[in-house]
Parts: sequence; C-alpha cells; structure tokens
Amino acid sequence: MRAAVIQFPGSNCDRDLKVSFDAVSGNDSTQMVWHKEASLPDGLDIIGIPGGFSFGDYLRCGAIAARSPIMSAVKNFADEGGYVIGICNGFQVLTETGILPGVLMQNADIKFLCKTIELQVETTNSPYTDRYTKHQKIQIPIAHHEGNYRADEQTLAELKDQDRIAFTYTDNPNGAAQDIAGILSKNRRVLGMMPHPERMADPKLGGTDGKALFAALAESIVSA
Amino acid sequence: MKARVHVTLKPGVLDPQGEAVRHSLNALGFDAVAGVRQGKVIELELSDMDPSAAEMQVSEMCEKLLANTVIENYAVEIL
Repeated sequence: MRAAVIQFPGSNCDRDLKVSFDAVSGNDSTQMVWHKEASLPDGLDIIGIPGGFSFGDYLRCGAIAARSPIMSAVKNFADEGGYVIGICNGFQVLTETGILPGVLMQNADIKFLCKTIELQVETTNSPYTDRYTKHQKIQIPIAHHEGNYRADEQTLAELKDQDRIAFTYTDNPNGAAQDIAGILSKNRRVLGMMPHPERMADPKLGGTDGKALFAALAESIVSA
Repeated sequence: MKARVHVTLKPGVLDPQGEAVRHSLNALGFDAVAGVRQGKVIELELSDMDPSAAEMQVSEMCEKLLANTVIENYAVEIL
C-alpha cells in the first residue's frame, strides 16, 4: 500500500497516521507531503488528511487548508477514484473542499471534547469497514470542538439511502445530525470521520479497535 | 477603498455560541433577550476600483473562502 499524509501548519496527528499506515503496509514507506506542494507523489493508493488545528482553525476549521495548493491535487485524486481518509480536522478539510458533503459545526455544548467514546459501525460495505461487523460497537477517542455534523435534509436522506453513514455515536457527544460520526463518498473510497482510529491502533495506546480500519484498507487496496 | 463583509449563520442553523451568549445575558438580568445569533465581520482593504467591480470581487471571495454557503449567508458593503 503506497500512502501519503498531507501536512499543514498546525497538523498534529500526521505522524500517528503515518505509523498506522506503515503498520499495515509492513514498511515505513508512507510519505509526508507539505501543503504547499502542487502535486502528489506518483503511484499513491491512499492519502490521509490528519487531525490537528490546520492554520490555527482561523476563519473556519479546515477552511484555509482546503484552499492550499495540495488540496486541488487531492481533489483530482479523489475524483479519479483514489482512496482518501480525513480524520478530525482532516474530515473538516474534506467538507470544506467539497469532497464530502455537509459541514462540521461547533459542538452543541460548546465544549472541547477529549475522551474515548463508543461508535457503532453502520455499514461494512466500504474498504475501511469491511473487517468490522454491522452494528459492531467499537471504542475510539474523539478530540474536537467542531464535530457537530450538519447537512441539509436532502443530503442526510441521501447518505442514509445510499448506506454512506460509516459510523454513528451510540451516545451523541456533540449534537451531530443523526448521530453521524463518519461518512463515505458516493464511490465509498473517501471516508471522513471525527473520531481518531489512529489513536486506537496499537495495544500501547490502550486499545486496538481502530486497527481493523487500516487493516481492511490495506487488504482492499492490495486485492483491488 | 474598503469593503466590509458580514457573515451570518443561515436561519435555522443551530448557533451554540449565540445560545451561550443569550444564557449569559439572561443571567445578567437582561430578561428581554429572547435570542442571540453570532456572526462575524471581515474588513478588507482594497486597491481603488469601480465600486460595482469591487462588490463583485468581494462576493466572489465570499463564495470561494470567506463564507461556507452550506450554513452561512454573507452581505457585502463597499465603504
């Protein structure tokens, strides 16, 4: 699996994401790509947009990062069927670029939330979730102030009808519409999620519920 | 020349910050406050140009960056 992680000023989960990609690739080949690059390395399978506070969350979370030179290349990559995962701030960047629909608003109780919560796997029909079972409960940490997923009624209906809600919260911490914690693109190759699977991908981190996501991804890519 | 952009949440979009401000105002005894919506003001310093051209440019800036039109409205003022 040939992976790359995009780095913005203020990204802080970039290395963690590389470690998770490397662990399932079986080598340390994951490349780090600075946001000012206008093009991506050749031959990539998957791009990770990491968590953090890109550009200090100025203007709106992910707004400035979404307009950086590398994101045009990422958008083309996704349009051509490439795999992209955006976690936390990465999810916010993906909605700001329009690669995924909707928006992440401030948490309903205006608190920054940093804790491990329970997710329910809503679909196993994706390269990220096919190693889980449908409705499986998994423990994954969240760490965000803007995780309250919002979209218009039509978009929410489409996400549901097309089985594109990947994960929901079993005890909604942030007010997200329909308890949504993560969504898929139409072609199911782009995943955006607020919780951090890369922070639960090694026993030393306190759990491994996130590891199946990366393992499933590597398997899907190798067998594709 | 200058332009001022007002970015506000669309009606119906939950505004947790505005709600918190309302609670606080009520707690201070301002019982008349029934609702608060918080937005932002962005002031731009522009090179001189025709005001209608400026308004068009600033609207384009709003569409491309300054507002997220999924949840926000914007209004442009040329000063």
